[in-house]
Amino acid sequence: MMAVVAAGTNRIDPYVIPALDGVAYGLLVFVAASGLVFCFGVANILNLAHGTLYAIGGYTAAALLDGGWASLALALAVGVLAAGAAGVLLAGLLTPVATGNHLTQALLTFGVALAGGSLLVAGFGPDDPQVRVPAALEGSVVVAGHRYAAYRLVFIVVAAAIAAALYLVVRRTRAGMLVRAAVDDAEMVACLGVSPARIRAGVLAAAGALAGAAGVLGAPIIGPGTDTADTVLLLSLVVVVLGGLGSMAGTLLAALAIGEIQTLGVALLPSAAPFLLFAAMAAVLAVRARGLASRWGAT
Amino acid sequence: MNPLLSAEEVSVRYGSLTALAGVDLSIHEGQRHALIGPNGAGKTTLLDVIGGATKPQRGTVRFAGRDISRLGPAARARRGINRIHQRPAVFPTLTATENVVVAALPRVVPRRRWWSGGRRRTAQHRAGPLLERMGLADVAAVPAGHLAHGQRRQLEIAMALAGSPRLLLLDEPAAGLSANEVGRLVDLLRALPRAIAVLLVEHRLDLVYALSDTVTVLRDGQTLAAGTPDEIRTSPLVRQAYADGVA
Amino acid sequence: MRDEVIRRARGAVAALVLAGLVVAPWVVDDYTTAILARTLALALVGVSVALLTGVAGMPTLGQTAPYAAGAYACVVVGSRISDVGVVQLAVAAGAGAVLAALTVPLVVHARGVIVLMITLAIGELVVTILGRWRSVTGGTDGLAGMPAVRPFWGLPPLASDQARYLYTLVVVATLVGAALLLLRTRAGLLLRAGRDDETRLRASGHRVPLHVSGAHIAAGAIAGGAGSLLVVAQQYISPADFGFDTSALLLLGVVIGGTASIGGALVGAALVIAVRDWLFGVLPGHAPLVLGALFVATVYLLPSGVNRARVRLRASSAAPSHPQAPPARDAATVPELRA
Repeated sequence: MMAVVAAGTNRIDPYVIPALDGVAYGLLVFVAASGLVFCFGVANILNLAHGTLYAIGGYTAAALLDGGWASLALALAVGVLAAGAAGVLLAGLLTPVATGNHLTQALLTFGVALAGGSLLVAGFGPDDPQVRVPAALEGSVVVAGHRYAAYRLVFIVVAAAIAAALYLVVRRTRAGMLVRAAVDDAEMVACLGVSPARIRAGVLAAAGALAGAAGVLGAPIIGPGTDTADTVLLLSLVVVVLGGLGSMAGTLLAALAIGEIQTLGVALLPSAAPFLLFAAMAAVLAVRARGLASRWGAT
Repeated sequence: MNPLLSAEEVSVRYGSLTALAGVDLSIHEGQRHALIGPNGAGKTTLLDVIGGATKPQRGTVRFAGRDISRLGPAARARRGINRIHQRPAVFPTLTATENVVVAALPRVVPRRRWWSGGRRRTAQHRAGPLLERMGLADVAAVPAGHLAHGQRRQLEIAMALAGSPRLLLLDEPAAGLSANEVGRLVDLLRALPRAIAVLLVEHRLDLVYALSDTVTVLRDGQTLAAGTPDEIRTSPLVRQAYADGVA
Repeated sequence: MRDEVIRRARGAVAALVLAGLVVAPWVVDDYTTAILARTLALALVGVSVALLTGVAGMPTLGQTAPYAAGAYACVVVGSRISDVGVVQLAVAAGAGAVLAALTVPLVVHARGVIVLMITLAIGELVVTILGRWRSVTGGTDGLAGMPAVRPFWGLPPLASDQARYLYTLVVVATLVGAALLLLRTRAGLLLRAGRDDETRLRASGHRVPLHVSGAHIAAGAIAGGAGSLLVVAQQYISPADFGFDTSALLLLGVVIGGTASIGGALVGAALVIAVRDWLFGVLPGHAPLVLGALFVATVYLLPSGVNRARVRLRASSAAPSHPQAPPARDAATVPELRA
């Protein structure tokens, strides 16, 4: 009996670390993507500048973190506020085209992403900056016989806490109820008598704050750099496509799947690595499309 | 003789609201059948079920001897069920002729080689006389979005006829029309080829009596009465229902 | 009467532009000629974007995917199998069509902004693959050193920038002409009808998913063909040619051009690409900033694009044709994402 367990451990041994990395990566993508889901589900805006909001958090972390706990708290506060403020700014820019179609709105957010990325590079330099984690978390800890970076382990706990908090807010509070109602029925928000501009500002501020928090805390995992905005936007989009808008559980599952594909999948199938994300998306969408087709009847 | 269309035991629920509770309906070839009843009786829902826009929770729909319950609206249209909507549904940026051509295409059998545009040309030949019959020849080249409401209604009828229907579903065709236009509509519908069966949903009883030879009365998702217009007109049950439903 | 005047004026402008394009290589220097050739290739991708966005009603940010597939297929064929231009063009168009066909299941049931999202993800994933699949694509370094192309069997290879430009121009003109002809047929009519009111088209008995798939594959073939032109014009390709910003620029160009007009898409896409190239020439450090600001400004100012889109949007929300159908197409598509 013991021998069997030991053999089993041996076979999965090399994959414990990538699998754990996948959880960390997946939770990071979840926090980042939930902002995009929120924005799309509630305000019906495809925000192509979402990755830039994350990058703001990342650069803030790189600039402020000095190895102490206080700097982490400061970076988190500044990053969340800055990215949230950028979200409000974006909402303001969107106001004149609010009655237009989604195409022009998406194009506008892309322009903002382009300009914002350029400003970040101008402010922080073209090289990818180093990020220092708090000294106490710099080392590694032993997990199931493996050494694992302490920061990532703590990140998993913190990100899981953020996810749980998000769940509670959406499920249990009045604001969360409104959010769910809005995702179900966009017309309903209009009937509440709240001005759409204010809703947009609030939604983009919240999405920015989430992206900013993800950017600061995730800086040691997906660090700030010229490609960051694109990478985070792509991963968030794939999460939305895979997980749908209906449930947070779907979003979380999709994010974790992406995390595992990007880490464990690459470790298991290095040669197929570039295609894995694509294949996952194709598989999920194909299955879902067939489900939809059968529900609507073949035409 | 088997009916052209038979709906059996059709039930539709939207959440806790029951729209149809086990309704039966059958229509024979060439029959002109009207569906009346107070608001919320389930008339439009029954049209949706027959047209394929709504899937019933229970019940089957058979058309020309085949079970079509699982088919979508497009497949039913290809089998000959065409519908005229409560608000005229036309393609606004296409001209009146193009609208009719699009509607005719699925039922046009190519007579010439495909590279000579055979199907489209055949459909075009069919569109001209139809537009003329509907009194739309003058506006054949006008985008449908620019037509008046009454003209759009006539265009939609032309589109429905272009699809060579065997069963025409009419959902309150007189809604929003002037008295003059209603008169013309009645003439048009009475002049339809006898081979086309019609299922008419209409509030105005004068139109129902003018256009139909059988009537079904729905109320609260159930069949209240069925019979000839004369029987319905004199039925105390129906009078009672209308007195309750519509003031 | 007024329509006739406008039609003639449009024809005259088109003829003038075409004449200008033909004589251009003798007027400007070689470098500009090469840039012009590349712009033509990108404008052709713009046409494929317009075909999907404006004509079929599927806004896309992913036409760089078949464009890239065509370009890389052309390089592989060009350096190993054949230096004949039409062969490379056919292979590239085929590669674009195959990639588009593979992605049909992903987009065929989605509409509106969801298509935008899915196509963007597809385009980005293709770029990621191009960067990582080194054995075929050369990774982020890209591919260069293809033998010179001869347009047709028996013709001499294209040795000068002028020759390469003229080849590009001829192919673009031919493919655009083919697309315009295609739109005059039944296929174009059905695509326009579907954009107007898809539910209505279904109610008439049309197989809408079939039309959508066909448009998607045709647009993929055009973009793939444009990819082979990029290889000819630039003689070097790398994943950077197929990035997200290229897709966004092309979409902006198409929207400027009036969304549904093929000629407008050509002009709009060429204009946007030219502005980008010019900006990166004069402002090497701050080009993205200015370009981003121009993006925002253009979206605000869009004279025809926004208005037309608004009119269309209003038309569709003012006259929803079916009591049971959701009023706006985008609202209708959101539930499709629900698991």
